[in-house]
Amino acid sequence: MGGFERTLTIRKVPTVVSNYQGEEGGGDGGSENLGCGRNCLGKCCLLVSKLPLYAFKKEHGDMSENGMANSTDQRPPVSFLHDLLLGQWEDRMRRGLFRYDVTQCETKVIPGRYGFIAQLNEGRHLKKRPTEFRVDQVLQPFDDNKFNFTKVGLDEALFRFEPSSDNMTHYFPSAFVTSESDSPNIVAINVSPIEYGHVLLIPRIFDCMPQRIDHASFLAALHFAKEAADPFFRVGYNSLGAFATINHLHFQAYYIQVPFPAEKAPIRVISKPKVMPHNGVVISELLKYPVRGLVFEGGNTIQVLSDAVASSCIHLQSANVPFNLLISGCGKRVFLFPQCFAEKQALGQVSPEVLDTQVNPAVWEISGHMVLKRREDFDKASEDYAWRLLSEVSLSEERFEEVKLAILEAFGSKEVCTHRASIKEGEENEEAYQESCESAQLQLKNCIVLQ
Amino acid sequence: MESQLELIEQSIISRYSNRVYEALDELPGNFTITDPCIYGHPIVFASHGFLEMFGYSKEEVVGRNGKMFQGQGTCRRTVMEIREAIRAERAIQVSLLNYRKDETPFWILFHMSPVFSEEHGRAINFVAVQVPIIRKPLHPKHNHGRHQFCSCEDGFKSRDILLGSCRREVCTKPLVESSHEAAFEAVLDSDRGVEAEQLCEASELEKQKAITSINNILSVLTRYSALRGKSVSERRCHVEGQSLPNSALVTSLGRIEQSFILIDPYLPSMPIVYASEAFLKLTGYDRHEVLGRKHRLLSNSCTDSSTLLQINESIRNAKPCKLRILDQRKDMTSFWNLIHISPVRNASGKVILIISRWNFPIPRREGEPQHILFPIPNFSPSVTYFVEVHMEEGYVNQDGRMLSPEIRQLGTIAAVKVAVRSATMGPCSSG
Repeated sequence: MGGFERTLTIRKVPTVVSNYQGEEGGGDGGSENLGCGRNCLGKCCLLVSKLPLYAFKKEHGDMSENGMANSTDQRPPVSFLHDLLLGQWEDRMRRGLFRYDVTQCETKVIPGRYGFIAQLNEGRHLKKRPTEFRVDQVLQPFDDNKFNFTKVGLDEALFRFEPSSDNMTHYFPSAFVTSESDSPNIVAINVSPIEYGHVLLIPRIFDCMPQRIDHASFLAALHFAKEAADPFFRVGYNSLGAFATINHLHFQAYYIQVPFPAEKAPIRVISKPKVMPHNGVVISELLKYPVRGLVFEGGNTIQVLSDAVASSCIHLQSANVPFNLLISGCGKRVFLFPQCFAEKQALGQVSPEVLDTQVNPAVWEISGHMVLKRREDFDKASEDYAWRLLSEVSLSEERFEEVKLAILEAFGSKEVCTHRASIKEGEENEEAYQESCESAQLQLKNCIVLQ
Repeated sequence: MESQLELIEQSIISRYSNRVYEALDELPGNFTITDPCIYGHPIVFASHGFLEMFGYSKEEVVGRNGKMFQGQGTCRRTVMEIREAIRAERAIQVSLLNYRKDETPFWILFHMSPVFSEEHGRAINFVAVQVPIIRKPLHPKHNHGRHQFCSCEDGFKSRDILLGSCRREVCTKPLVESSHEAAFEAVLDSDRGVEAEQLCEASELEKQKAITSINNILSVLTRYSALRGKSVSERRCHVEGQSLPNSALVTSLGRIEQSFILIDPYLPSMPIVYASEAFLKLTGYDRHEVLGRKHRLLSNSCTDSSTLLQINESIRNAKPCKLRILDQRKDMTSFWNLIHISPVRNASGKVILIISRWNFPIPRREGEPQHILFPIPNFSPSVTYFVEVHMEEGYVNQDGRMLSPEIRQLGTIAAVKVAVRSATMGPCSSG
C-alpha cells in the first residue's frame, strides 16, 4: 500500500461547493457588515454573528444507565431534518444560492436487482477548469492559501451543530458564537447539490483541520445522522485520494428516499466472536457488490461504534489507503470502502471507456447513486454498466484482504481497552427506519444475511 | 352473449334509479354513455338525437364500442388520445371524424367525461357528447390554398396534409396506411370532400354547447345515483392516495406533520389529491370531503379575488408564492391563512399527461365561489403537483417549537418535494 517514487496526480474539475469558492470570493455581504466585512465563516465574522444552534444530546457510555429514558420523554424541540435542515435549505433555494435546481435533474432507478440510482447532472461540473489533485497522499497538511470553509459566506451556513452540555437536546433560534475557544461545528449548504438537502458538516471550523478522520469529528457525524432520524438521510465522507476535493475537514449529507444498492447488498460477519469485545460492534464484509467494503454496526453506544470506525479510518490513513465512508440507518450502519481508483487513474490503468464518463467515484457513486454528466451515459445506464464502472474502483481481492486483516487487528486490540460495560442502547422509538436498516442484532444471530 | 347483454342492461339500472332512462330521454342533444367495467367498454345508453344523427337504431348501437363510428379518415392520434383519456379516467374534448350508418363522414366535437363512483373512486361510466361541427360552406371549389402543407398544433407528421383552406385550422389525417398519395388523389376527386378538409376546430359556441350538454347529463346521473344510494360524481372522488403514484409516497407524505394539500394541476378543477392530517384538523373537513375537490376549497365569497388570481398566476407560471388569504373552515368560521404554494417536480421530467386540452372555462357550480378560467399551464411537464402549505395566522409556538413559521412551512414544502421526487424515480423506490 502506498510508497510511490513520484507524486501521483489526476486532473479533475473540482466541484464548486460554495459560491465563495471562486478566486475572488463571492458575496458583497449586504448592508451590515460586521467582522472582516465579507460576512464569512472565519473567526472575524462568525464570532460577531448569530446562527441557529442545535445542541444534540450526547450519549456517553457511562451516561446511558440513567440517561436512557429521556430520549422518549423529551420530544426534540424542533424537527431536526424537516424543519431545521430542509426548511432552511429550501429557504436558501428561494434566495437563489444554488447553482441549479436539483429537483430538475432527471433521476431514475435503474431496473435490476440492486436498483442503482442514476442522475443526469449536466450542470454540476461546467464552468470550471480541471485542477491538479495529488492523489497519492491520504494525509496532506492544511493549506491556508487554498479554498477552505472559513471563506464561505454566512448566507450559506444553516446552523451550528454542537453537543449539548447537559443530557438534553436544545435548540436556539439565534445564538452567538461566543468565545474564540469555541470552535463551532457548522452545517452549510453545498451549492452544487447531488440531491435535495445536500449539506456539508464542517467540524470545528476554526481549527482548520485537514481532511482526516479523528474520533471526535466522526462522532459528530454519526450524531448528525442520528438526529436526522430518517434512514434516507445519509452522511458521507471522502478521504483525499478518494475524491475529496477540499482539504478542510468536512462530511456531506443529503436526503433521498430510495435505498442505496450498497445498503441492499448481502453481508457476512467477519469480526470473530472470540476477538469481539462485548461492546457489540460487528464488522461485516459486503458480498455481491462491485466495490469491496466493510460494514460496521451495532455497538452498545453510539460512541463505541464511532470509535471502531474512526480507529479503522485512522489506521487506513496512516497506511495511506484512500477510502470513503457512508453513514446510513440513522447512524447505526457505517460502510467503509477503501479504494484505489484515483491512483489507478494517475497510473493510467483505468479503461478509457470509464474515464470518458468523467464520473468521480466518490462515496455516493460507490454507494450506488451515480451522478452522470452525459445524456448518453444516462440513457444507456444499466446495472451492468454501473457494476463495471464501480468494479474499477474496488481494491483487488488481495489488497482488500490485507486491509481487512489490518482493520480487524486494530479493532481487536484497541477495543479491549476502550469498552466499558454499559446497558444496551436499545432501539429507541424511531419506527421510521425499521424497514431499511437491518439491525446488527439480527445479523449477529444469522451470521450471514442473504439479501 | 346472453350474460353480456344482461350486464349491459344492468349497467344503468344497477347504478341509477329506474327512472333515470326517462330523465335521460328528456335531455336534448346527442350523447352516449359507456361502461368501462364491461368487457369491450360498450355503449350502454344512446340518446335519441345520437341515433338519429348517426342513422342507427338503438339495438344496433347498445352493446357496441364507440369505435364503430370511426372510419379510415379518422385520425389515429385523436383516437389514441381518447383511449389515453379513458385509461387515465379524465375528460377530453377533441374534434373527431365519425361516420354515419350510410358511411358518410362528418365532423363532431367529441366531449367525453368520466363518472366516478364515490364509493371506490373509480370511473364507472363515461359520458360522451357529440356535437356536430357546423361549418361554413366550405367546398373544395373555393380552396385557394389547396396544396398547402403544414402540420397542426399537435405535431402531426408531415404526411398529414393540409388541404383546402378556411379560416379555421384544417388538416388531414393519415388516410390510408399503405398509400397515402393515392388516398390524397382520391380525396381530391371525391365529392364528399369531408375527410380531405379535416376541419379540426369547433367554434366556441359548439364547445360551450358540449360542456352544457355534459353538465346536464352529469347532473341527471348524479341525482339518480343518489336516489339509488350509490352516489356518483363528475369529480374524481379519490379514495385516499388513488391518484398518487404509489403507496410509498402516501406513507412518506403521512410522516409530514404540517397542514398541506397536494394539487393535481393537470385536471381542470385542479383537484386536491392529498390532504394531510393537520389540514383536516385545521379546516374541520373529513378526508373524503376534500379529495377530488378543487384546491381552493377554503375560499369563499369574501376571499379577495385578486389573491385568488395571484394563486392561479403562480400555478400557471410554476412559480412558488407566499400570501395571506382569508379562508373558511367547514363550520364557516373564517381565519387568516398564511399559505405557501410551490411546484413539485417528479424525478423523470417526462411528459406524463397531455395538458393542452384543458383550455376552456370551467362551468361554475352552485355553492362554489366564482372561478376564473383555468390557467393554461405553461410549466414543464415534470411538475407533477403543487403543494399548498397552510398556517393559521397567529399560530406560533403552540407546541413549544421555536422555529419561525416561515421556515417550518418551507420545511414542509421541502419534505413534499423529496417525497414526490423519490417516489417517482423508478420501480424500486418503495423503500
